[in-house]
Amino acid sequence: MRRAVALSVAITVVGGTLAACGAGDADTGADGKVELSIGTFTEFGYEDLLVEYQRLHPDITIKHNKTGQGGPYHQQLFTKLGANRGLEDVVAVEEGHLSDVLAKSRLFNDLAEIGPKDVTADRWLDWKYKAGTDKNGALIGYGTDVGPLAMCYRKDLFEAAGLPSDPEAVKPLFATWESYFAAGDQYVAGTGKAWFDSDAQIFNAMHNQLPTGFFTTADSLDIESNRDIRANWDAVTAAGARGQSAKLTAFSNEWNSGFKSAAFATKTCPAWMLGVIKGQAGPENAGKWAVTAAFPGGGGNWGGSYLTVPKQSAHPREAAELAAWLTAPEQQVKAFVKTGNFPSQVEALSAPELITATDAYFGGVESGKLFAEQAGKVAEPQYKGPGDGRIQETVTTPALQAVEQGTSPAEGWQRVVDGAKKIAG
Amino acid sequence: MAADTRQSPAPAPVREPGRPPRQVWRDRLTHWDYKASPYLYIAPFFLVFAVVGLFPLLYTGYLSLFDRDLLDDSPTFVGLGNYLDLVGDEQFWKSLVNTLSIFLLSTVPQITIAVGLAALLNTRLRAPTGWRISVLLPYVASLVALGIIFANLFGPQYGLVNGVLETLGLDRVDWQADRFSSHAAIAVMVNWRWTGYNALIVLAAMQAIPKDLHEAATVDGAGAFRRFRSITLPLLRPTLIFVVVTSTIGGLQVFTEPKLFDAMPGSNNGGAANQFQTVTLYMYQSAFETQQLGYASAIAWVLFLVIIVIALVNFLLTRRLADSGGDR
Repeated sequence: MRRAVALSVAITVVGGTLAACGAGDADTGADGKVELSIGTFTEFGYEDLLVEYQRLHPDITIKHNKTGQGGPYHQQLFTKLGANRGLEDVVAVEEGHLSDVLAKSRLFNDLAEIGPKDVTADRWLDWKYKAGTDKNGALIGYGTDVGPLAMCYRKDLFEAAGLPSDPEAVKPLFATWESYFAAGDQYVAGTGKAWFDSDAQIFNAMHNQLPTGFFTTADSLDIESNRDIRANWDAVTAAGARGQSAKLTAFSNEWNSGFKSAAFATKTCPAWMLGVIKGQAGPENAGKWAVTAAFPGGGGNWGGSYLTVPKQSAHPREAAELAAWLTAPEQQVKAFVKTGNFPSQVEALSAPELITATDAYFGGVESGKLFAEQAGKVAEPQYKGPGDGRIQETVTTPALQAVEQGTSPAEGWQRVVDGAKKIAG
Repeated sequence: MAADTRQSPAPAPVREPGRPPRQVWRDRLTHWDYKASPYLYIAPFFLVFAVVGLFPLLYTGYLSLFDRDLLDDSPTFVGLGNYLDLVGDEQFWKSLVNTLSIFLLSTVPQITIAVGLAALLNTRLRAPTGWRISVLLPYVASLVALGIIFANLFGPQYGLVNGVLETLGLDRVDWQADRFSSHAAIAVMVNWRWTGYNALIVLAAMQAIPKDLHEAATVDGAGAFRRFRSITLPLLRPTLIFVVVTSTIGGLQVFTEPKLFDAMPGSNNGGAANQFQTVTLYMYQSAFETQQLGYASAIAWVLFLVIIVIALVNFLLTRRLADSGGDR
């Protein structure tokens, strides 16, 4: 993890110019082969699949550009979009950056138009498919994986605080946000320790359950007029002020250490978070963490990606075909087995490999079945306007961090409003 | 062959009447060669500079007159609008103050320590090369690796520095949240990397100082400190000016250190309240995160001017300082 960070930062710092030269335009090679390129970040589990695809299609060769971390990867993506060159034929886009891509959907191919005709909406979970279409109904991305949310918690700490600790028995604690914060108060009173990792992590989960994000469906900034956003802000900052937050910025070194030192007792837990917890809490804490099929306020999704084909691709049809093949249920199940990325395809969710998947670290829980159940609880996708993801990342998250560092919630909120206005332009 | 003719004695050939015209042509060539060749020899640098230095500089200036989004095909001309926005932009002023604060906290100790270190390295040591290489080691290490290590050391809750402070009975410092502390932590990173490098440059200049000056002063009864102040320092003047100007330029462009220092990985915010966001970091954020290329270009130009002004001031100050040392 830490090495991945170092690597990707090095790429941002040094490689800004280098990268512009790499990722050359796909071309038909001298031997008549079509050269395709695909850009992904972190781990998509595609290495073996790409080899298989080239074996099945001898006339196609594929170049795979992998970036360590999502942030720099997407910055590059938008720079190359602006330069109108340098992007791969198939480009992975993470859900958090999707709103910016959909706002510029004219720079991407409509996959419903150029993709294989047998690939239809019913391949994916309904909300996943819908989130990948733009306002005019053009399909911009084929869904790859999803991050359905469940709750992870420290069994031993729950017991110490006199809370139920069995995965079934804790469900009522995670029924609504009210019950979640109430249990938090009980936990803080019992142990004097924090309930969750940071305000921002809870705020994001609450915010993503709203029908619309920071913008109305007409793309006007809604941050002051949408009372629900403010209500979530108040609830989270109040809980933080009562000692429920460990004040650890997500994915920071200190946050990583927080898993080992049991700095917090619960964690909003998309499927891929199990791997993060295992890695950071380490083998000495095996069996102490548990995961349960409940999430405050219903369900939710955090993360997951799409494969897109930008207009600048020289071989859009071949690229769409590759993307369609990679996002087919069979392939995504293989990727799941390899990386744990949770598939977004309906058929994949009942695949035997997934249904029988268990996790010994989390007390032998049937994790595949559990997250498939959580994926079914996700409501309609939230409408995200242009800049929605950026507001979450560069405005609300740092503002909540500032509140944890001593800024008053009212002043923090003012920063949110100002910052959001600046991004909305 | 052009070089051969150039090496011939300097006086321009006098044209004699009645010589064949070919000879005149040759004379003229020789004359041009003599006049133009030096410029041709240094031209590659200026050509490359024009392409990768001057052109981007001017184009950035041109771009700063437009309201241009990264993915915008039709930028609108706004004249000096970006610059006017910049004057009223609180975040810009904050980042400028941060930059100056980090710059002062890094450059001043850095050069002072570098001169002292050079003086120590200039004394008789066993294995002098070993010592000299070891002060250069931090410079050789990867900046990104350093950034990650230091960000870890200065972690507010589990960092080593706070652990040591606590064992010494001192209060913990929130290196991330507190504005001045974060500047100090970043300055430590900068100093760690650059002090040894500057020390070696100063050391090279020190060794070029003639020994007889020191000997004469010793005979006149001057102590080590007096000799350092009245002989070494004034004679180091050109080198000190160079070191001060280059570290001014570098110090005002600090980017990687504050970027890696942020607890949120990959963040360009420079802390939750931009408390350690530098101008370059803000520029980068404006260009590639909020995607306002015109505005980012305006920031780049203002930073450019600020650096020129401060480098000039430093140049004059250093000259003055080293001068007065010589008068005594």
